[in-house]
Amino acid sequence: MKEYIIRIENVKYKYEKEAAYAVNGVSLNIKKGEFTAIIGHNGSGKSTLAKLINSLLLPTEGKIFVKDMDTSDDSKLWDIRQTAGMVFQNPDNQLVATIVEEDIAFGPENQGVEPSEIRRRVDEALKAVGMYEYRKRPPHLLSGGQKQRIAIAGVLALNSDCIILDEPTAMLDPSGRKEVMETLKKLNSQGKTILLITHYMDEAVLADRVVVMDKGSIKLDGTPKEVFRNIEEIKKFGLDVPQVTELTQELIKEGLDLPPDIIDVKELVDILCQ
Amino acid sequence: MFKNLTIGQHYPVESPVHHLDPRVKILMTIIFIISVFFIERLTGILIVLAFLTIAITASKVPVKFVIKGLRPILMIIIITFIINLLMTPGNVIFRIGFLSITEEGLRQAGFMAVRLTLLIMGTSLLTLTTSPILLTDGIESLLKPFKKFGLPAHELAMMMTIALRFIPTLMEETEKIMKAQKSRGADFESGNIVSRAKNLVPLLVPLFISAFRRADELAMAMEARCYRGGDNRTRMRQMVIGKVDYAAIAVFSVYMVAIVLFRILW
Repeated sequence: MKEYIIRIENVKYKYEKEAAYAVNGVSLNIKKGEFTAIIGHNGSGKSTLAKLINSLLLPTEGKIFVKDMDTSDDSKLWDIRQTAGMVFQNPDNQLVATIVEEDIAFGPENQGVEPSEIRRRVDEALKAVGMYEYRKRPPHLLSGGQKQRIAIAGVLALNSDCIILDEPTAMLDPSGRKEVMETLKKLNSQGKTILLITHYMDEAVLADRVVVMDKGSIKLDGTPKEVFRNIEEIKKFGLDVPQVTELTQELIKEGLDLPPDIIDVKELVDILCQ
Repeated sequence: MFKNLTIGQHYPVESPVHHLDPRVKILMTIIFIISVFFIERLTGILIVLAFLTIAITASKVPVKFVIKGLRPILMIIIITFIINLLMTPGNVIFRIGFLSITEEGLRQAGFMAVRLTLLIMGTSLLTLTTSPILLTDGIESLLKPFKKFGLPAHELAMMMTIALRFIPTLMEETEKIMKAQKSRGADFESGNIVSRAKNLVPLLVPLFISAFRRADELAMAMEARCYRGGDNRTRMRQMVIGKVDYAAIAVFSVYMVAIVLFRILW
């Protein structure tokens, strides 16, 4: 059990008594150090799930454990939020301070960390996301991608083991999305557990594991290759598949002998050029 | 149109005055304001002017910036001058109809105008040499002792910080909404005051809705980052009283002693 950093046990959640379940019976275990992408179209319950893990919402039924701490246990609330840091969609609405480094210091300041230790953590977090040169800038003059990297640094400064990102790239331009994804890959390679909620398939492809949600429950779960070969099914959930995978399957229909689970352009090019 | 907006009037250069602890600066400014109302004679004004000259020179802020601070307050100075001029009883030296100007009135009005001018110059120097964030930190720290009496010092400072953080964001948003509404035929420029005010409704409604949504999301993001009020909270930047502060306090003490001595002796 130790290796699972997040355990979700048959969780149900609804926002109002009369409403339908936004999350309807989800069970999911996330391993330490894993890069998981959760995809699903609007209203599939993926954002709700993220807030449940961070204890911003409490499950109507079922249990969630973060590092073996029950999210409904009030005394563990701050430990849970520290362990599973969260980055939200709108970069403007999650930065608190008027100077970049002040904003990153916000989390550890709340935890009551020693000033010299805060300084050390802030510098480390800024370097980890490659924003050290911008530490004295006001956040409103940064680009969207830069703001999201600051938000990620804010979570790093909390010393979180796990970073949950709720559609962090939805409001960014392509270059901003690339910046964020590169930062996440780098952090993951340094041992951070990443839970990325997204609706961009090309981002999900970069994860170790893809979970597809629809109408509040999990429909598919596996490596990107395992998941994206089910083109028809994924389209049924109102989602796209990576273009390469779709092209490959069209080519297979035309009679080419190709593996059905290609998710990377380079992979397809290599096979075709053999 | 709001791109180059700077909040407050912070003039960022490196100077001993800029490096002063914000708490020291705020306290000195408050005492300075009191001292300005303490003077009654020309010699007093000269002492205040001498002190201001030293302070402005040390701050490396161009004098024209300090004087610029007077502009928005000019009307108030003029009105104060006129009221004092006309309302003070004494030896009449000039009379038009029911209006009379007295010797005392002239003196009083002159002093009031000079006092206000000096006062604004002094306080401008504080805001010119202190960034809003340091100012907030200073205010929070100075208000801390009043927490015992139920004053929410931390909350006030946090509100100020968030306001400062969101002013440019909301400005940008206002501009966006204005453009969107203009493209659909909204008219913000013509008509009289009443119709112009009415035309602002389609600007203000979306702006407020969005501001509330932002507040909601920000509250959640703050909670996610373990925010739980001011108790047990630490700060990364520590304010320490250093050599510059002691030097400034020394200079300021000399000034205060001079003001008090002149008032008593002359």
